Amino acid sequence: MLANYGYSDGSGNYFITIDTDKCNACGECVEACPANIFEMADEDPNDPMNAEPLPIVLPEKKNKLKYECATCKPSGDNRPTLPCVMVCEGCAITHSW
Amino acid sequence: MLEGKKPEFWRWTESNWINPDIGWEEARFITLGIDVGSVSSQAVIMTDGNMYAYGNMRTGADSPNSARNALKFALEKTTLNEDKISYCIGTGYGRVNVPMADRTVTEIACHARGANFFYGSKVRTVLDVGGQDIKAIRCDEKGKVTNFLMNDKCAAGTGRGMEVFADLLSVPIGEVGERSYLVEKEPPAVSSTCVVYAKSEATSLLRKGLSTNEVLAAYCSAMAERIYSLLKRIGIEPEFAITGGMAKNIGVVGRLTKKMGLEPLKTSWDTQLAGAAGAALFGFALCHKRNG
Ligand code: SF4
Ligand code: SF4
Repeated sequence: MLANYGYSDGSGNYFITIDTDKCNACGECVEACPANIFEMADEDPNDPMNAEPLPIVLPEKKNKLKYECATCKPSGDNRPTLPCVMVCEGCAITHSW
Repeated sequence: MLEGKKPEFWRWTESNWINPDIGWEEARFITLGIDVGSVSSQAVIMTDGNMYAYGNMRTGADSPNSARNALKFALEKTTLNEDKISYCIGTGYGRVNVPMADRTVTEIACHARGANFFYGSKVRTVLDVGGQDIKAIRCDEKGKVTNFLMNDKCAAGTGRGMEVFADLLSVPIGEVGERSYLVEKEPPAVSSTCVVYAKSEATSLLRKGLSTNEVLAAYCSAMAERIYSLLKRIGIEPEFAITGGMAKNIGVVGRLTKKMGLEPLKTSWDTQLAGAAGAALFGFALCHKRNG
């Protein structure tokens, strides 16, 4: 499942996508993120028949991603690899901006 | 309109229903789905996965009471007692405040499951426009979610935005869609669906001499544009279905489907019930899993 967390508003699209099929629920993203954007859920909130743990983007962060992620995304051309993307072995995390 | 109460142009009709063809007495599992949205609340009662009764009403000031009232309304025409219900799932924006819920499930999962039930297993893309959010969902033939996004940052492009707009122009919400097509030439879309901006833009368009119908058309078209851009993000795959109250607004749906080049599937069910129906179905599936 591609879970897109975030929003689009007048200024652009701000979505973090977690591909749950590529995720092994290691929890590294939760540890790596300086803004504490992720959390491990006990089970997939969007699939009640699947009782496996899964990382989600915290509801109270999801509508502020542009600002929450700002420290990892300095403006300019050579953006460093994002911590959340770097630690994820399955490459399950992508950002839309 | 100097005296008396201003009519409430946003108000839609509340309704409840019972299936005349089935009873609950023989059912193995009676499950309840309650969807407490920001604008409307629904309770759907299923007997072994079949629609048995429902109630659909406006959400009140607090979620627990809205859930209780929707259930009472659904039970009204039945001889069923609340204590006969085997399992209850709460969903929607107010789902954590459904007092009788055994568990909660997100509205994403429930709308996909409900659309699969109402429109059949061919549904792959589900759009739900609720009171305060837009959900774009892709699902498989079982109604399981494969890709989703939900935009609830603001009321732009949502049912609430449409209500504010209908009220501003003193047009009953049920007539907005039809009247938006009573224009000779389609006006350009308003530049923003942001409720605050759209309001002032509408006022200035009226002052410029546009008719009420033209302003409605301009707003419906902006909403369709906004919804379309969110759908494109998850990828549109046929068949396509729309749930939620906005499905009833042909002004937005007509313009949206024209952009998409896809006709939405039709159902005889009230599209506002999809979330609660999905919840009741998950309740049934979970009862089965638990009891073998
Ligand atoms: S970019 Fe930085 S702040 Fe944003 S989710 Fe990734 S690690 Fe967290
Ligand atoms: S780091 Fe990647 S694999 Fe590990 S929990 Fe996060 S998303 Fe899943």
